[in-house]
Amino acid sequence: MNGQFADHKGWTGRSRERVEDDALLRGAGAFIDDIAVTSATLHAVFVRSPHPHADIQSIDASRALAAPGVAAVITGADMRRFTRPFVVGVKQPMEHWALAVDRVRFAGEPVAIVCASDPYLAEDAAGLVDVDYAPLPAVVDPLRAMAADAPVLHPAVGGNLVSDRHFSYGDPQGAFARAARIVEIDIRYPRNAVTPIECLGVIADYSAAEGVYDVMTPFQGPYAIHPVMALALQVPANKLRIRTPRDSGGSFGTKHAVFTYAVALAVAARICGRPVKWIEDRLENLSAATSATNRVTKLRAALDGDGRILALDYDQIDDCGAYLRAPEPATLYRMHGNLTGAYRIEHLAVRNRIVLTNKTPSGLVRGFGGPQVYFALERLVAKIAREMVKPHLEIIGKNLVPADAFPWRTASGGLLDSGNYQAALAMLEDRGVFADFEARRAQARAQGKHYGIGLAAIVEPSISNMGYITTVLSAGEREKAGPKGGAVATATVGIDPLGGVNVHVASVPQGQGHRTVLQQVVGDVLGINPDGVSVTAELDTARDAWSIASGNYSSRFAGAVAGAAKLAAETLRGKIAVLAGLQLGCEASQVRFADDRVYCVGDPQKHAPFRRIAAASHWAQGAMPQGVEPALRETAFFSPDVLTPPNALDEINSSAAHGFVFDICGVEIDRGTGRLRIDRYVSVHDAGRLLNPTLADGQVRGSFANAVGAALMEQFSYAPDGSFQSGTFADYLVPSVAEVPALEILHLQTPSPFTPLGAKGIAEGNCMSTPVCIANGVADALDIEAVELPLTPARVLGLLAVQEPARPQGESVAPSPPAIFKTDRALKGSGASFVAMKPQELWPLLLDPDFLATVIPGCKSLERTGANAYRGQMVMGAGVIKELFDVDVQLHDLDEPRSLRLAGGARGALGASSGEALIRLREEKHGTWIEYSYGVDLTGKVAAVGGRMLDGAARLLTGEFFKRLARRAMPQDGDSQEQKRGWLQRLFGGRA
Amino acid sequence: MKPPVFDYLRCESAAQALEALHQYGDDLRILAGGQSLIAMLNMRLVRPAVLADIMRVKELAGLETISRHAKRHLRIGAAVTQSRVLECISLASDVPLLAKALPFTGHVQTRNRGTVCGSLAHADPSSELPLVACVLDGQITLARTSGRRQVGARDFFTGLLETDRKSNELIESVEFPCASSGETFAFREAAMRHGDFAIIAIAVKATTEKIVIGVGGGASRPEVRSWPRLAGSALADALNQLAWELPLQDDALADARYRRHLVRELGQAAIGEACA
Repeated sequence: MNGQFADHKGWTGRSRERVEDDALLRGAGAFIDDIAVTSATLHAVFVRSPHPHADIQSIDASRALAAPGVAAVITGADMRRFTRPFVVGVKQPMEHWALAVDRVRFAGEPVAIVCASDPYLAEDAAGLVDVDYAPLPAVVDPLRAMAADAPVLHPAVGGNLVSDRHFSYGDPQGAFARAARIVEIDIRYPRNAVTPIECLGVIADYSAAEGVYDVMTPFQGPYAIHPVMALALQVPANKLRIRTPRDSGGSFGTKHAVFTYAVALAVAARICGRPVKWIEDRLENLSAATSATNRVTKLRAALDGDGRILALDYDQIDDCGAYLRAPEPATLYRMHGNLTGAYRIEHLAVRNRIVLTNKTPSGLVRGFGGPQVYFALERLVAKIAREMVKPHLEIIGKNLVPADAFPWRTASGGLLDSGNYQAALAMLEDRGVFADFEARRAQARAQGKHYGIGLAAIVEPSISNMGYITTVLSAGEREKAGPKGGAVATATVGIDPLGGVNVHVASVPQGQGHRTVLQQVVGDVLGINPDGVSVTAELDTARDAWSIASGNYSSRFAGAVAGAAKLAAETLRGKIAVLAGLQLGCEASQVRFADDRVYCVGDPQKHAPFRRIAAASHWAQGAMPQGVEPALRETAFFSPDVLTPPNALDEINSSAAHGFVFDICGVEIDRGTGRLRIDRYVSVHDAGRLLNPTLADGQVRGSFANAVGAALMEQFSYAPDGSFQSGTFADYLVPSVAEVPALEILHLQTPSPFTPLGAKGIAEGNCMSTPVCIANGVADALDIEAVELPLTPARVLGLLAVQEPARPQGESVAPSPPAIFKTDRALKGSGASFVAMKPQELWPLLLDPDFLATVIPGCKSLERTGANAYRGQMVMGAGVIKELFDVDVQLHDLDEPRSLRLAGGARGALGASSGEALIRLREEKHGTWIEYSYGVDLTGKVAAVGGRMLDGAARLLTGEFFKRLARRAMPQDGDSQEQKRGWLQRLFGGRA
Repeated sequence: MKPPVFDYLRCESAAQALEALHQYGDDLRILAGGQSLIAMLNMRLVRPAVLADIMRVKELAGLETISRHAKRHLRIGAAVTQSRVLECISLASDVPLLAKALPFTGHVQTRNRGTVCGSLAHADPSSELPLVACVLDGQITLARTSGRRQVGARDFFTGLLETDRKSNELIESVEFPCASSGETFAFREAAMRHGDFAIIAIAVKATTEKIVIGVGGGASRPEVRSWPRLAGSALADALNQLAWELPLQDDALADARYRRHLVRELGQAAIGEACA
C-alpha cells in the first residue's frame, strides 16, 4: 500500500472534465437574470443621451411619472444628493457621476433611470422622459482632441489632455545618439472590445434600517473598485455589500464596467424604498458599457549595426473616452514594466499621454494594454528587419532575453520571472514549422499569389501589481498618497462535519472553469479525489475573505488564486496531520495524504479514511490534548513578494509572472475581393506550469478568436460628429466559428519561481500577439509598411493599390455639383436636380410652408414660426421603419433667386439630427438646376443600429422630395433617376 | 430592447389573416419567421398594433411545382421556411439559382425560422432572395379580401425596404420559374462573415442568347441588367459601366469604391461560371 500511495502522480496538470459544464449545458446556470427577486422589485430602464456632447438644459419627467407602473424617475440631481463623483486616477478636476450631471459627454451616457413595475412599462416610460439638450461640438480623434481649438469635455480641466508623463530608464538619449540606425513606426490602434454573451446586470437594495446598500451583480473586480463605489455612495465599505451570482456569461474584463450602474441603482433602490433590477441590453452594452482604448503610438528604436535594439522611445497617446473611469488609466500602465517586450533592451524612454474624447469610457478588456503596445513593438521589429533586409526571425532571435538571464530585470523595473524563449523557437525549428511556412510562401508566390508570413514574440504579463496604476503619478504625489503595491489573493479551505472539503476563492469566474482547477489543486494537497472537493467562487463582500486585488482579471487565477488555495490547503493539512498523528499513533511529520486516506509513512498499516480524520475537529475537539488546534477552516492570503510599489525612479514591476508567446502565421490575400485567409497559424506558449492543459488550451483558443476579430473585423465606429455606429452585432462584427481558422498550440512549461504552483497566466497572450502577427503577415504579403486594423476586405483592397477602371464617359446629363459647401459633419453630399421652372418662379415656392408641406415626404405639418423659420412634424424612415420627428428649420443668407442656406434639426424617439444645406439655383433654357450640398449629424439609436441602411434611406427621402417637387413644377414627371439626390436631409443624411 | 405593446393574433386560415389586414392595414404586421421583424420590434424601430402570425396556416405552407403558361414554376407559400426549400431534393435541378443562393441567406438557425416570402416582404437590399427573384423574373402573388394579383419581382421591389405590397395585402406565395434546358446560373457573394448581409451579391442567369445579371447589396433594391452574351473587354466594359452607374453606398465596413470593385470582380466570376 505504501508503494501505491507513493506512486500517486497528482491531479494538477491533468485535463479533467469541467465541474461547471453539467449545469450550464442543461440550462441550469445561475446568472444575474436567473436570480429570484421579490414581487416588490422594480425594473429599471436607462434614459440615455442621443448626443455625444451636449449640455442638459432640463429634464422633465412628468409624462414618464404619469405612465402606468412607474414608481420613480432618477436623475443626476439625485446623484448629487446621495453620491459624490467617482474618484479619478489622476489629479484633475473632472467629475464623473453615475448619471450625467449638467452635461453628457458620449452618445449613450446614462441620463435618467425609470423604475417601473415591469421592464416593458419602464421602457415605455423611458421614451416619455423629456430631456432638453443643447448640443455641443464633439471630438472623437485623440490627436484632434489635443488641439487648442478642440471642444473641451471637462471645462475645469481646461483641455482634454489629462495626463502627460515622461519616463527615462537607462540612457536612451545616449543610445539614440550612438545608434547605427534608427527605425520608427507610427501606429493607430482602433477601438474594440471582447463582447460577452451576457450583458451587465444589477439587483440593488437598500436597508434604511441599517444604512446598508446590498447589490447583486456579476462585478468581476478588481475589487479595488469596491472602495470607489463606497466612496461614491458616501458609506463605509462595510455598508456596501456586493454579491455576485454563481455564473457569469463571459466578461473578458468588460463587466468591471457595471460598477457605475451599481451605484446608480443603489441610489435608485434607496429612493424607491424597494429593490431595483436592471438587465442591460445589447445596444446599451455595445454603445455605452466599455471599450479598450484606442491608441496613437510613435515608437522609435535605436539599433546597432547588427540589428540589436539598444533603446526604445515610446510616445503613446491613449484615448480613454469621455471619463477617466476606474481602473483607468490602467490600460496605459499595465504593460509599463514590460514595455521592452521579450527583448533585452537596456534603455527606454516613454512619454505617456491620456486624452479624453466624446466616446464611451474605456476600461478592462482582455489583453488590457497588450494589444496596443505589441502592435507597435512587433510591427517595429518587423520593420527593422525589412529596412535592414534581414529575416524577421533573425532580428527577433538576436534581441530575445537570453535563457540564462532570468529573472531578468527590465529597463522600466519589470522582473521577467522565468522563461526560455530560445527553446520555444527551437521547438518550432525542430518540428520543421519555419521551413513549412517558407515553403508555403514560396509556392503561393510562385503562383502569383499575395502570401506573407507574420511573426510576433511577446511576454504575457499576469497577476497585476495593484500599485502599477500609481506610476501615472509623480514620485512626489505617490509619496503623499502612500505606497501602493501587491496583489493579495485569498482562498479559504474548510472541512465540514462529515469530513468533506469546501473551498472558497474570491476569483469571480466568468466561465473559465476555476472550480474545476481548484478541485484538482486542493485534492492533490489533501490526497483526496477532486470530486470530493466542493468549490464556490462567487463573492460576498460582507461574508467572504477578499481584498482589493480580488476578482477576475490580469490572468491571475492560475498563478495567484490557485496558489493561495494551495497554501490554505497546506495549512489545513498541517493541522489535520497533527490530529491524524494522534489518532494513528505517529508523528505529524510522518503523516501522508493520498487516495482519500491518511496514513503513516513509516507504517502503512496505520491509516484511516481522510473524512473521518478530517471531521474530528467538529466532533472531538474537546477530546484533543491541550494546544492542538482545530483543523476546521483556513484562509490564506497570498501576494507575490516581487510586487513592490513603484520606486522613486518610476521603476515598477507591473506583473508578478510573465509568460512567453511566439506566433507564426501565413496569410494569403485574395486580389479579387481583398479577403484575407489565414493559411496556417501556430502559437507557442510558455505559461509556466499548466494546471489543466485542456482549460489552458481553451483560454488560448478563446483569446485567439477574440484577436482574429480584432485583426479582421471588430471595431467600434464613431462618425466624426461623435455619433456611435456599432450598436448591433450586424454592425460590430464578431467572428463566428466559420471565420476563426484552426490554431495549432504548442506548450513549454518553465515554472514561475514567484507563484506557489509555478503557474502563470495564459488567457490574454493571443489577444496581444495575434493582431500584430496577422498584420505582420499582411505587411509581408504586400511588402508595405502602413497596416491599420481591422483588416476588412475593403481596407485590404485599398492596400493592394489596385488601379480602378475609370468612370465611363458621356452619360451624365446633370452638371457635376460644385463644392459650394464645406462641412466635417458625419454625413454629407452634394448633387443637382433639374426643375422645369424659372428661378424666379421656384424661389417663392421654396419659402412657402404650404407648398413645401406638399412636396416634403411624410410632412404632417409645417408652419412658419418667424422670419425664415419653420417648425413642423414629419414622418421619416424607410419601409416599415417610420417615426414621427419634430423638425425645426431656419433659412439664412437669402439671395433671391440665386441661393440660400438652411440649418435645422429633427428630434424623435429614434434619435436626433442636425444639419445644414446650401442651395443654389441656376437658370437653364427650360428651367432651373438646383445645386445643393448638405451635411448632417445623426445621433441616437438610428445612428447606432441603422448604419447599413442610412445611405439608402437618405436617397429614398431626398429622391422622393425631388420627384414631388418636379411633379408639382411640371405635370409630367421629368426627373431622371440620376438626378434624385437630396438637399433637405432631415433625419437621414446621405453621401451622394 | 423590449417591444412596445401589441396584440398577437394567431391566424388559423389565410382568410383570417386577410380579414385582419383589411381591418388594420398598416397597423398590422404579418409575423412569419420573425428573423427581421422581431429584432426591429425589440429595438422599437417598428410599432405595429397587431402581429398576425401565419406560421400555422396550412394553406400557406405549400411548396410545390406548378405549371403556368406551359412552364413549370416552383411555388413557395408564405409559411414555408428557407430550410424547407433548401431541403427540397429537386431544388438544384428545378431552380438552380435558388439552390446556389439560399446557403448564403443567414445561417441554418435563421433559415429554420426565416421564410422565403418574409425575406421578400422585408425587401432588405442586401438579402439574397429578392435578388434571385428579380433575376429569375419571379412572380409574387398578393392576396387581399377582395381578390389577388401577381406582380413581377422586378416591379415588386420599389426601394429600400419598400415594396409594391398595399397595406391590406398578404404575400401569399412566390413563384420561381424552373430552369429550362440551356439556361445556366451562377451566384457570388462577398460578405464580412458567412451568413452576413451581402456587401455585394451577384446572381447570373445565362441563356444561349443573353446574360441576365443582378446586383444586390449595393443600392436600395436589386438591380438587374440584360445583356447579350458579352465576353472579353466588352464584358469588362459593361461591368465597369454597371459598377459606376449603380448608386452604391458607403458604410462603415465597405465604401462605394470597394463595392464597385466587387461588382466587376464578382460579376466576371459569376458570368464566367454561368457561361462556361
